[in-house]
Amino acid sequence: MSIGNFPFVVAALLIVLGLYALLFKRNLIKMVIGISLIETGVNLFLVMAGYRTGGMAPIYTLAPTPIRDMVLPTPQALTLTSIVIGLATTALLLSFAVFIHRHYGTLDIQEIKELNG
Amino acid sequence: MRNEMSVIVRTITRCVYGMILLFGFYVIMHGHLTPGGGFQGGAVVASAFALLLVALGAAGVKGHLNRHILQTLEEIGALAFLALGFLGIGTAFFYNLFAGTGGFFGAPAGQLLSAGTLPLMNWAVGLKVMTGIACIVIVMMVGGRKEETK
Amino acid sequence: MNALLVHAPVLLVAVPLLGAFAVPILGKLGRGVRDAFVGLIIAATAALAGLLAANFFAAGAVPFVYQLGGQSVGIPLLSGGIPIRILFEIDGLSAFMALITALITLTGAVFSFSYWRNRSGGTLYFSLFLLLTAGIFGMELTGDLFNFFVFLEITSIAACGLIGFRVWLRRSQEAGFKVMALYTLSGLFVLLAIGLLYSEYGGLNIGYLASTIGTGILDKVALGLLLTGLAMKAGAVPLHMWAPDAYGEAPAPMSAVLVANSQASLYAVFRIVFTLFSATVSATALGWILIVLALLTIFVGVTMALVQSDIKRLVAYGAVSQIGYMLLGVGVGLAVSAQAAPPAYGFVAIQGGLFHMLNDAACVGLLFFASGAVIRAAGTRDLNRMGGLAHHMKWTTVFFAIGAFALAGVPPFNGFASKFLIYEASFQLSPFLSIVAILSSILLLAVFVKGFQAAFLGPRPSQPVEKAPVGMLVPMAVLAVFVIGLGLFPGFFVDHIVTPAAKALWDGPAAYITTVIGLGG
Repeated sequence: MSIGNFPFVVAALLIVLGLYALLFKRNLIKMVIGISLIETGVNLFLVMAGYRTGGMAPIYTLAPTPIRDMVLPTPQALTLTSIVIGLATTALLLSFAVFIHRHYGTLDIQEIKELNG
Repeated sequence: MRNEMSVIVRTITRCVYGMILLFGFYVIMHGHLTPGGGFQGGAVVASAFALLLVALGAAGVKGHLNRHILQTLEEIGALAFLALGFLGIGTAFFYNLFAGTGGFFGAPAGQLLSAGTLPLMNWAVGLKVMTGIACIVIVMMVGGRKEETK
Repeated sequence: MNALLVHAPVLLVAVPLLGAFAVPILGKLGRGVRDAFVGLIIAATAALAGLLAANFFAAGAVPFVYQLGGQSVGIPLLSGGIPIRILFEIDGLSAFMALITALITLTGAVFSFSYWRNRSGGTLYFSLFLLLTAGIFGMELTGDLFNFFVFLEITSIAACGLIGFRVWLRRSQEAGFKVMALYTLSGLFVLLAIGLLYSEYGGLNIGYLASTIGTGILDKVALGLLLTGLAMKAGAVPLHMWAPDAYGEAPAPMSAVLVANSQASLYAVFRIVFTLFSATVSATALGWILIVLALLTIFVGVTMALVQSDIKRLVAYGAVSQIGYMLLGVGVGLAVSAQAAPPAYGFVAIQGGLFHMLNDAACVGLLFFASGAVIRAAGTRDLNRMGGLAHHMKWTTVFFAIGAFALAGVPPFNGFASKFLIYEASFQLSPFLSIVAILSSILLLAVFVKGFQAAFLGPRPSQPVEKAPVGMLVPMAVLAVFVIGLGLFPGFFVDHIVTPAAKALWDGPAAYITTVIGLGG
């Protein structure tokens, strides 16, 4: 039983939802959540790039004697790196949000428009 | 800030904290044998610190988690990682010096003390990640009101 | 020495990284120790970059690789035809960009020492600065797409940390949030494209992908995503809105290094278009897209600079418009490169575009340093409220004038040399292009004359003016020497440094690919 294209559809849906939240929401925290959703969608897409139907986990030392298919390990490493980068990015964005709230007293992006032109 | 949680949460936290730490160290240590490694184990340990902060409140952990010690440990972890990369510079940067030689960390693949510099790098990255995320969480919770003036 | 040359590509990334991690520990020992350590690290990095470039250009500009973590450093390990380790690949364009980055970070670091002399908090600033340096070198030297993405995100995080560094200014926090959101979005577009390419071809190395890439719909989508993400980061219109905020709110020495950051992204655009997708994309259509973007960037940058009253945002819009000139030169070259017998002016256009990267880095760096000294002396950033600084700060006045005239393309400075190449080549493709470029240069000259007059000329200021210390004047003098030297002897620099870089793009990806796949075993 193969899973077909379903995970790719889910990944695309997550990216679209994240873009919607980033572009159309006014609260800073909601924008950060939108970016986090886009990251999740891209990470899901990356992991799915390595999946092989019926494959087992790519642990070399636990390979059974009649060799079975293994899923690719490289996309797992790429996804892990991407998750770490996402963590650092989210931490920085939230720190900026904390300082903006302290300065302006609000988290509404339309009231924080001191830089214009 | 006395925004700690109820008695039940605090008691369970005290029981579970050590187990989470142990599991995190297990994940870091076996990174070259099973899924896991530096970042994953470090994030687990950091979540134990975050659990402490949430359950006991910022005032409750003031004596236990010192931000400056954590920052120094973080830099030591980063420097250790780079030093391990420079160790094999005779051949190439990041060359795995000890793997397969049978000596220090050189056992055949599948044992705990194998794969050369990989478990050492796992430890360095795990140290950096756990202290780094703990610093981020502490600063966000305390709010950085006691601003350092270095 | 030989060992240093062999390992130079990775040392250019590892040494600043080592510095970035060690500075907070050494900073506890005192300010002098910290400054000496940072100076040592930056000097070592610049020396390594100069050594690498000199050796590379003297040996005939033959591309070579550096394999990380393998038995042999120079020969990539292939498994089924796919290189399986991370490779750093140095060719003409990478060495050229490394030279530019070394110049800007060295002068920026020297300027930062005197900038932080009487203020606290400099330790973490230098740590982020060295991290940004390591990231920019990594972006320019790597031959692996995912490794490029990692360095791209490192530079994004470090740059935004530096933009919002002065947490007591509310404008810098707002700028930091907006710039970080945009940088992250651009990085995610690039990552999505890398995921698409990996799932199609199974490899991440740029040389390997260039040899096997096809023309399907997925490849076109990947190209579009990559170009969008990287153009967002480089600051091309219509996605340039973050650039004036970023360059304007960062501390003065950082604005120059942020320009180097944008130029590294522009380098990535050229690498993707010329090397990765060269076999499949319709060069004429892509070239004209780049030309249209370039014209928009030049025009919008200059016209928005007209209405600025803040001196740093004025220079920032000038920097944005110069990115357009670089895109114009390379776009013209790309548009004609697909013809059966590509005309010689295409090569001249690419030479002009690449030479302008070096000139723009020097001129804009000089202008940002001078603006930093002006803001410190006048105590305000508003051009309407300052004036008469020429009476007290003679050297800064001269340096600002040199930078302004050079950026606007007035002979005998270096801006004229590169802009002349661009005008000449784009005129032969379509006279409209060079007319817009020349008119915008004249407009930019007018903008800078207005800024110069507002800041420096006029009656003496009423309150006392703090002259620029020697530590700020030395990096400005170094850059001014480069500006004048590149302007008086452009032929020498174009022949030795720019032509190998332009050849690396014009001749196609064959040399790049054989270095990765042809030598493997």
